[in-house]
Amino acid sequence: MKIIVCIKQVPDTKGGVKFNADGTLDRGAMLAIMNPDDKAGLEAALRLKDQYGAEVTVLTMGLPKAADVLREAIAMGADKGILVTDRVLGGADTWATSTTIAGAIRNLEYDLIITGRQAIDGDTAQVGPQIAEHLNVPVISYAQDIKVEGDKVVVQRQYDDRYHILEAKMPCLVTALAELNEPRYMTPGGIFDACAAEITTWGRADLKDVEDSNLGLAGSPTKIAKASDKVRKGAGEKVTPDSPEDAVAYIVGKMKEKHLGGL
Amino acid sequence: MDFTLSKQHEMARQLFKDFAENEVKPLAQEIDENHRFPRETVDKLAKYGFLGIPVPKEYGGQGCDVLTYAMCVEEMSKVCGTTGVIVSAHTSLCVDPIMTYGTEEQKQKYAVPLAKGDKLGAFGLTEPGAGTDAQGQQTKAVLDGDEWVLNGSKCFITNGKEADVYVIFAVTGKIEKKPGRFIKEISAFIVEKGTPGFTFGTKENKMGICGSSTYELIFQDCRIPKENLLGKQGTGFKIAMHTLDGGRIGIAAQALGIAAGALETTINYVKERKQFGKSIADFQNTQFQLADMATKVEAARLLVYKAAKKKDEYQAGAKVSYSVEAAQAKLYAAEVAMEVTTKAVQLHGGYGYIKEYGVERMMRDAKITEIYEGTSEVQRMVISANLLK
Repeated sequence: MKIIVCIKQVPDTKGGVKFNADGTLDRGAMLAIMNPDDKAGLEAALRLKDQYGAEVTVLTMGLPKAADVLREAIAMGADKGILVTDRVLGGADTWATSTTIAGAIRNLEYDLIITGRQAIDGDTAQVGPQIAEHLNVPVISYAQDIKVEGDKVVVQRQYDDRYHILEAKMPCLVTALAELNEPRYMTPGGIFDACAAEITTWGRADLKDVEDSNLGLAGSPTKIAKASDKVRKGAGEKVTPDSPEDAVAYIVGKMKEKHLGGL
Repeated sequence: MDFTLSKQHEMARQLFKDFAENEVKPLAQEIDENHRFPRETVDKLAKYGFLGIPVPKEYGGQGCDVLTYAMCVEEMSKVCGTTGVIVSAHTSLCVDPIMTYGTEEQKQKYAVPLAKGDKLGAFGLTEPGAGTDAQGQQTKAVLDGDEWVLNGSKCFITNGKEADVYVIFAVTGKIEKKPGRFIKEISAFIVEKGTPGFTFGTKENKMGICGSSTYELIFQDCRIPKENLLGKQGTGFKIAMHTLDGGRIGIAAQALGIAAGALETTINYVKERKQFGKSIADFQNTQFQLADMATKVEAARLLVYKAAKKKDEYQAGAKVSYSVEAAQAKLYAAEVAMEVTTKAVQLHGGYGYIKEYGVERMMRDAKITEIYEGTSEVQRMVISANLLK
């Protein structure tokens, strides 16, 4: 089985998000890490590799520095890394990014593509499903569990209050949630191997079946008017009912109000 | 001269830091208070290859260098001195002599499972009457047919009851140094846990590194196969001294880690603690103390890394000795650990004396680094002997 995992180097938002004066992210002021959803996707791929045997290729698009996350992935157990980097690809929105990545993947053989649900810097959750559209393969998003049975994947897709079990014939694409698993650590020997490993670097010329008009800043239909830190959820409403019956009645009332749980 | 860490060393440091923070730190206080060996941590150390860092891949190790190993001990010790010494005693004192002096069969049988972390190692040299005076050994080994028969005891053995494989030193005869003047002939052996006649005595109730399992080992007509002699008969003293040279790099890294951990904890504390209406970090005394602590920690780090690099050169085949560098690193780092942790407790004031703040544990853990694997006095002897030869 051949698995491609798409990963992204993102600024660590744990310590808060820092912006430049023009509203763009101040990436230099924040530590660069592997996007958490992508890391869970990589772990899922590595577990499939442990279980069934697979070749895991990690792919990223970004600045040359993004090779760091490929090395981290190799140190965790991935077999090879491909970096797609080119000045003309810079400033891409989700459309131009997915076009680029699909153009790179067309050069590769694969049974399964795993991406993270979304990146913590953009929070769009669009790139994974768009790649599947470009490649014309089925997509299952929000995976909280991934299994392989014969030539198909069986995925638990997270939903608000339940999960759906979906099957798709491979080749297909699955987007993974950070909650999917606890990613493994690198190993010291893996790090030494990863630093000695050759990272394949592709530019615009290596992308297959893509048009320049769909690439980079010029090929991005999205225009960012303003960027801001995530809107945090409010503290919610606290009530102290007199009895359990009152509590149930209150909760059911609220659920009816919002048409939740079939009420 | 380049003081920049390579990419792989930077990545390895980040790995050890993350692991220490997530897996080791949460247990540090509890294992100290309960004097409990952290078996679950050892299992995780094994899983990620931390018990075979400087061992070649063909022997089940990670194929990294001594510097990476020292950084691992440093980062573990930043949050937990116990975990640091478990890794150090296993790697430097058990895996290393087997890899250095063992036959191919011994390496396959013992070094491979040790480096993979399937087994844990220990080292038994010290006896009640043979501490700094390692020649004062009383444990004897006598060859009887195809077996060596061991009788005697060892004390203060790190990883004591928890280890599976032990490198043990014993007297195997006497050598006539000058006419009529004899010295003990010492040899090294590999002994497996569970060998009849090999039992454990008292568990030591220690001041620090309380999660570490420190036991007395007892040998009563303990028969081990003839092929478990490590190195040649009579080379035990040389093996012990050479092994301790390497061990000192591990303990120096442990001391460095304890000091660096206390410094980090204190920096966070002084920014938050308020007295006289301002943070105590705003007082010049605090600032000067921190400056001195940080400078000494950095100096210790350079000595430890230099010694590790020297051992790497040696292992790569260069005809160099790392004995003096290891002694200097251990001497300085251990004294810095004691000084920095004492200052850390002082800067924490009354809270520094309370267990949940962690720095009193670091201060207790620091003390042993001036004592085991060669006291600071022994390190001074090694260093000056080289100056005056």
